[in-house]
Amino acid sequence: MRKTCLDTVYGLARDDSRIVFVGSDLGVNTLSEFREELPNQFYMEGVSEAALIGMAAGLAMEGKIPYVNTIATFITRRCFDQLAIDVCLHRLKLRLIGNGGGLVYAPLGPTHEAIEDIAILRALPNMTIVAPADADEMRRLLPETVDYPGPIYIRLAKGHDPIVTDGSKPFQIGAAIPMSEGSDALIVTTGITLGLALTARDQLARHGIEPAILHVPTIKPLDIESILKYVEQVPIVVTVEEHSIIGGLGGAVAEVIAEGDFASPKRFRRLGIPDSFPDRYGSQQDLLEAYGITAEGIVSVVMSLVR
Amino acid sequence: MDQRSVYLRRQIVRVLAAARRGHVGSALSIVEILRVLYDDVLRHDARDPKRPDRDRFILSKGHGCLALYVILADKGFIDEDELWRFCQVDGLLGGHPETKVPGIEASTGSLGHGLGIAVGMAVNAKREAHDHRTFVLVGDGECNEGAVWEAALFAAKYALDNLTVLIDYNQQQSYSSTHEVLELEPLGDKWRSFGFEVNDVDGHDVTQLRAVLNGVATKPRALICHTVKGKGIPGVERNLEWHHKSRVSDAEIDQLLSALDELHADA
Repeated sequence: MRKTCLDTVYGLARDDSRIVFVGSDLGVNTLSEFREELPNQFYMEGVSEAALIGMAAGLAMEGKIPYVNTIATFITRRCFDQLAIDVCLHRLKLRLIGNGGGLVYAPLGPTHEAIEDIAILRALPNMTIVAPADADEMRRLLPETVDYPGPIYIRLAKGHDPIVTDGSKPFQIGAAIPMSEGSDALIVTTGITLGLALTARDQLARHGIEPAILHVPTIKPLDIESILKYVEQVPIVVTVEEHSIIGGLGGAVAEVIAEGDFASPKRFRRLGIPDSFPDRYGSQQDLLEAYGITAEGIVSVVMSLVR
Repeated sequence: MDQRSVYLRRQIVRVLAAARRGHVGSALSIVEILRVLYDDVLRHDARDPKRPDRDRFILSKGHGCLALYVILADKGFIDEDELWRFCQVDGLLGGHPETKVPGIEASTGSLGHGLGIAVGMAVNAKREAHDHRTFVLVGDGECNEGAVWEAALFAAKYALDNLTVLIDYNQQQSYSSTHEVLELEPLGDKWRSFGFEVNDVDGHDVTQLRAVLNGVATKPRALICHTVKGKGIPGVERNLEWHHKSRVSDAEIDQLLSALDELHADA
């Protein structure tokens, strides 16, 4: 997904001189062809995220559309004040590409695990947040980001994630995508958890449960209308995210449900990372399993809510 | 101190009289720097504040905005009546500058941001071969922020000879002297070692400021402006009670205005 993302930005930059790429000490040879072909649109800077975002903001104020890329924790936590003031307050067309959203960097520990990136950015006015489920969805998303007003945070998953999205549906920033219809439960996903929900759907079918699946690749602005419409139709709602259960997709959907004034009560659960720093290493998959962010975990939560 | 400097200070005190609050000392410190920039250095156009070939100026120490607002009104960027609504709920001008104000290039107030933005503007101008220049005014206390020095590294990397950093070196920050709170010396050596051409000037001497600012640079420039916090009004000068003041009384306003009248009767 990361390679698809950066290569797509390269392709877009070829046709649009407003697009510039700004990296923060990325891996050797990252986008070396881009650098060679479009040197005026390529910046590789040091490990100084605060000034880096400031500089990119200055470029955006001059009419450039910077795509800034580094590890998700550093492009969110480390330069939060610059994101708030330089980028969001000025409502600049600046795109943040965060590598390793969630538990991707599991072996590297909590400094590199972006478990609250969505929560903190969601609190910033004018910020848009997207988390595609796979490389195909990323490819459909990126052209939409070029002229979209205001800043966008693009949360990258690990890469080589299975392709689970439907290529026939265009990506529209701010629109949720219904992936499955059903009246027994609703599973709301973002990023790679869509794939888990699709597997869970088949397992739930064996229990006689037909869940609807609503994929929410844009966490902000949230497609409240679609969420209300789908929640209305079911007694059970489960959100699934590779993120803290505080302030991310689950928090956002909880806010919508709480203010939804539904005729019938809803049983609701957030499946995600509990309010703690991961205290183990291993792989992303190991940690996802430890937290129950798996197809089996989804099935178990949904079944626990079935009466 | 000449008539224009006294006039601009009177305007600052009048704004204070209207709002009863403001970073007075921080504004009085930079009157001559801003005056020289807007009178003699910057290419600007109040009728078309965003014209592409304008020189960019960022007041990174945004809390000094009283002085900038007075200059912007003087130059016709904003209506003078806006000055008297400073910090009011329906006013245009707040306690820190924002881009909704014509002539304000970047919203500032959180310290350490302006130089990074200025570097982005200057590197863009350089790559696109535009001849406009970028100026950024930072406070000395602001130089406590690491992001200032990160951005300084960027400026040197891109050899931004179209960028000038002005440091308002009044040697006082909110709590105490910069020497007590966090020593910046040797300040010139620091900027020099970061790849800047460094000049020390009397930040209240308009002749010196004009000469240096209109000079040609071959590197990014740092201009250490030796200033006096609260300059021009005894009682306010070097008095940290006036760094930021709220609930300013009628008596205090009268004192400030008469001090300006008495001291500068010949101006």
